[in-house]
Amino acid sequence: MNLEFGDLEELYQDVILDHSRRPRNFGELSDAAVRVHGDNPACGDEIHLAVKFDGDGGLEDIKFTGHGCAISQASASLMTMKLKGKSRGEVEEMLNAFHDLVTSGNNDAPKKLGDLRAMRGVRKFPQRVKCAMLPWRAVEQALRQTEGEATVSTEEPEFA
Amino acid sequence: MHKVATSRVDWSALREDFPILRERVNGHPLIYFDSAASSQKPRAVLDVVRNYYEHDNANVHRGLHALSARATEHYEKSRQRVADFIGAASADQIVFTRGTTESINLVAQAWGGKFLRAGDVILLTEMEHHSNLVPWQLLAERIGARLRFVPVRDDGTLELEKLSSLLTAEVKIFAFTHVSNSLGTINPVTELCQKARAVGAMTVVDAAQSIGHMPLNVQELGCDFLAFSGHKMCAPTGIGVLYGGLDILDSVPPWHGGGEMITSVTLEKSTFKKPPHRFEAGTPNIAGAIGLAAAIDYLEGIGRAEIFKHDVDLASYALKGMADVAGLHVLGPSRDRGGVISFVMGAAHPHDLTTFADQYGLALRGGHHCNQPLMRRFGVPGTSRASFYLYSTREEIDRMVDILEKAVRFFK
Repeated sequence: MNLEFGDLEELYQDVILDHSRRPRNFGELSDAAVRVHGDNPACGDEIHLAVKFDGDGGLEDIKFTGHGCAISQASASLMTMKLKGKSRGEVEEMLNAFHDLVTSGNNDAPKKLGDLRAMRGVRKFPQRVKCAMLPWRAVEQALRQTEGEATVSTEEPEFA
Repeated sequence: MHKVATSRVDWSALREDFPILRERVNGHPLIYFDSAASSQKPRAVLDVVRNYYEHDNANVHRGLHALSARATEHYEKSRQRVADFIGAASADQIVFTRGTTESINLVAQAWGGKFLRAGDVILLTEMEHHSNLVPWQLLAERIGARLRFVPVRDDGTLELEKLSSLLTAEVKIFAFTHVSNSLGTINPVTELCQKARAVGAMTVVDAAQSIGHMPLNVQELGCDFLAFSGHKMCAPTGIGVLYGGLDILDSVPPWHGGGEMITSVTLEKSTFKKPPHRFEAGTPNIAGAIGLAAAIDYLEGIGRAEIFKHDVDLASYALKGMADVAGLHVLGPSRDRGGVISFVMGAAHPHDLTTFADQYGLALRGGHHCNQPLMRRFGVPGTSRASFYLYSTREEIDRMVDILEKAVRFFK
């Protein structure tokens, strides 16, 4: 695939670089209900996501730690900002919309994604989709189990 | 284009032998600095493989017709070519495999499965590629053997002073790499083999990164087994070699069962051929073996000593250029190293840098390089890696340094 001039600039927009350098909601969450360790074995990126639910199962608070490329770190930072305070249904909706944003050629990203739309450059770099999706795989798992700890991977489940 | 003054080889003319080097990537001329992962192939190799399929293709060792005889002759001649190339006394010591990984698995499972017992120690080093680590983990778990590791110093060399306490009589096999695929470290193979022999331990040398890059002779190294792949030395993918001592190979039971490796078969029981055919069940990669012999002819036409000098020249030239890039830190030895340079940059994660470089046609590797424990040892999740080969040039290195400087500005 030939990439047009500016694809790098679109991928690494200022807002992405800013969030990767100064990630928001980065840190521990002492009273978290769920902790999910997200792993991208292909490149060694790691996200430790901590989630606290409200009475209705919505995301009352969400924080993360970890390390990785600019795309995975910015995705996690922007994601936590967007999802904090959202209901379970809204989170699922956002997850689907974000996945579409980074995988499809759709230029009309839904407004509800807000700043997350800055991640749209990923769609031209198929090898980087896993980086962008790593924190979202973790939040998806958090919703699934509502308490305790878990590990998710961008690869197939491990045989051990 | 740069010309090495001390070399009789015209390195820039040699690039014409590699059709793929004319490729453009993202609008830029390709700079292929991922030869440690897989090398490019000269036309001489591509032609030989194509010629085989167009004129001689048939199965080996079984047909009584002309093509089968020709295919068999080419295949067995290739085995002899490999034996000569690595200084083996006999072609019977050359087992064709799919590559280094399969060669090491053969030793671990077939040799190790027969000769290792619970409590025996398998000695490895901290710098092994997963292909020289995971097969031993699988074996150790199966039979209750123990793994032990020679540590790596901060400068990327082995902590050899620890060897006397690690290489004890409990060690039955010592498996280590000749050249590190991520640090470029060149290990003192001859010395390590001598020390292993002194305690009665077998040796396995992973020559994947050295075989196509420097002179290598198994009798001078004194190793019991040596494993390498064709595709890192200008040959096709899917062909590799396990060299072994004659008596040692003869003591190893069959590994994969099937056609080609038997002498007689009844419904209940079979008897097996002698090595190397005992270990080559099924139809082998005939074209791959022939392509490997062609790659050997090609490399020997240039000379492995010349290629090594070229690698070393490029590595030291690159280290000089990269030293000026802000925030760039190189892992591994500062001297006595092969043409493999792993580095990290303050400004950009290896993954981001690889994407960035690719936009300028520069193929780097970013990640853990199948060296996860080594990356942990150096406290990095991964590195970027530039690796050179005979077709790489100083001019390409200049362009790489430019691109790295651009990346510093871009990610600042």
